Amino acid sequence: MSVIVSGLTKIFNQQRAVNNLSFEARTGEILGFLGPNGAGKTTTMKLICCYYSQNEGQILVDGMNTLENPMDVKRNIGYLAEHNPVYNDMYVKEFLLFVAGIHQIPNSKKRIDEVIEITGLGKEQHKIIGTLSKGYRQRVGLAQAIIHDPKVLILDEPTSGLDMNQILEIRNLILELGKEKTVIFSSHIMQEIEALCHRVVIINNGKKVADDTLTTLQNKVAGNVSTHVVFQTENSDQKNWLQALPGVVTVENNDIGWVIVSSSAHDIRPIIFKEATQRNTTILEMYIDKANVVDVFRHLTKLNADV
Amino acid sequence: MYSIFKKELHSFFSSPIGYLVMAVFITSIGLFMWVFSSTSVLEYNFATMDQLFSIAPLVFLFLIPAVTMSSFAEENSRGTIELLYTKPLSTFEIILGKYFAAVVLVIFSLLPTVIYFFSIYELGLPKGNIDFGAVIGSYIGLFFLASAFVSIGLFSSALSGNQIIAFILAAFMCFMVHWSFFYISAMPVFRGKLDLFIQKLGINYHYTNISQGLIETKDIVYFLSVIGLFLFATTLKLDRRS
Repeated sequence: MSVIVSGLTKIFNQQRAVNNLSFEARTGEILGFLGPNGAGKTTTMKLICCYYSQNEGQILVDGMNTLENPMDVKRNIGYLAEHNPVYNDMYVKEFLLFVAGIHQIPNSKKRIDEVIEITGLGKEQHKIIGTLSKGYRQRVGLAQAIIHDPKVLILDEPTSGLDMNQILEIRNLILELGKEKTVIFSSHIMQEIEALCHRVVIINNGKKVADDTLTTLQNKVAGNVSTHVVFQTENSDQKNWLQALPGVVTVENNDIGWVIVSSSAHDIRPIIFKEATQRNTTILEMYIDKANVVDVFRHLTKLNADV
Repeated sequence: MYSIFKKELHSFFSSPIGYLVMAVFITSIGLFMWVFSSTSVLEYNFATMDQLFSIAPLVFLFLIPAVTMSSFAEENSRGTIELLYTKPLSTFEIILGKYFAAVVLVIFSLLPTVIYFFSIYELGLPKGNIDFGAVIGSYIGLFFLASAFVSIGLFSSALSGNQIIAFILAAFMCFMVHWSFFYISAMPVFRGKLDLFIQKLGINYHYTNISQGLIETKDIVYFLSVIGLFLFATTLKLDRRS
């Protein structure tokens, strides 16, 4: 089930929170939705979930228009909002029973037990939501989002404010869910996007600045790649022959070994390997240091801000 | 809608709210009917329940806004309204769920007063000397009045994210819709011209009519219109999210 957003514009008080945004989340893919604070991520997600209605453009969730068939769209979407709105005075099971009731889930008790199992709420299931830790409250939020087994999951910064262990647990859960569902996942934590997503849409000031796979984006920004090589013994001659390899821009020595910056068009690792063998030099370590998502993000959002 | 109704009703009775509303209602009405000498039925020498039906609207004026003030204001301030809006529920279903839950709470608070009816029935001389029609009519009138107050309360709660503002606004609007038209109609400028028409705009006029045991379609239609109007206004307000 896909989510297709085209020409989406949302105006609040003459300010364009989302500006002519188009992207697609394909079936069975985890789409990372990245952008600085106030970029329009939450507004876009709320538009997909029929919380707001857009000024222009359309959103199709499995071919259903959010303006024409909001009920059908909402039946097929599981949404975890940014601040995880749950009723703090309700018991975990009571709350899930309430949500199951809204979705008219047959045999809801069985499904609630399943969802409690999936989200790891077992130990906390008899507690009042307000007494749970933030991590467990977030699991309750996730549980309500998946209780009706939706085909599309929209998660708005699901790991914000959690500690590292909780973040890892929630990430694993999302990875697991992403195997069979279309997931749109927003975050401003870059490592998270790197760890979870197949594809990234980056927005800034309500506009799309990038929409690609992570690898392509990294290469686009980098242009050049840095290859790190550590030889068993080092000598100054190595610099000369490394420098002479095709596509090499600079060769520098850091405390550990050589850092060779070369054009991303060539992978120079096999060539280095051959040369080193011919010269009887032993390679201890060799790896490419790709531009990480942090660089991509900074680069693209900065470019956009400059425009 | 049923899920919302169940949740709301449960939240009334899993917290002190529901019991407090019932206790305050029955106690305040009880005091006026049996204890305070100026209004006590024991001093009045007539077997009637007029005291109940004249004081109840006043008690509801404060009690119902207190019940409804949290209904949307709290959801708005806690952000949980977002959860409801993104579930397969229409705005009107959410409103109706909350509306019926509050109406049921009001009916629960009215139920114990039946004891007062039987007490007066027994105390009458001769026994059972009480105007049945007027009592039943008054209960029906009170039910409609309370239902109208609930719809006004929900509307005020939707207007604000602050419960205190919602309460004050609801109490004021209930007062205006119930009593103010009667006083406006008494102003010299309307006398003999528009006074009856203005009176008919207020709840008081129709409530008094029904209380006499005279249940007419026009009064029922009036109450249903007021309820419909405020529920519709609530829907409009809640649907305007940006």
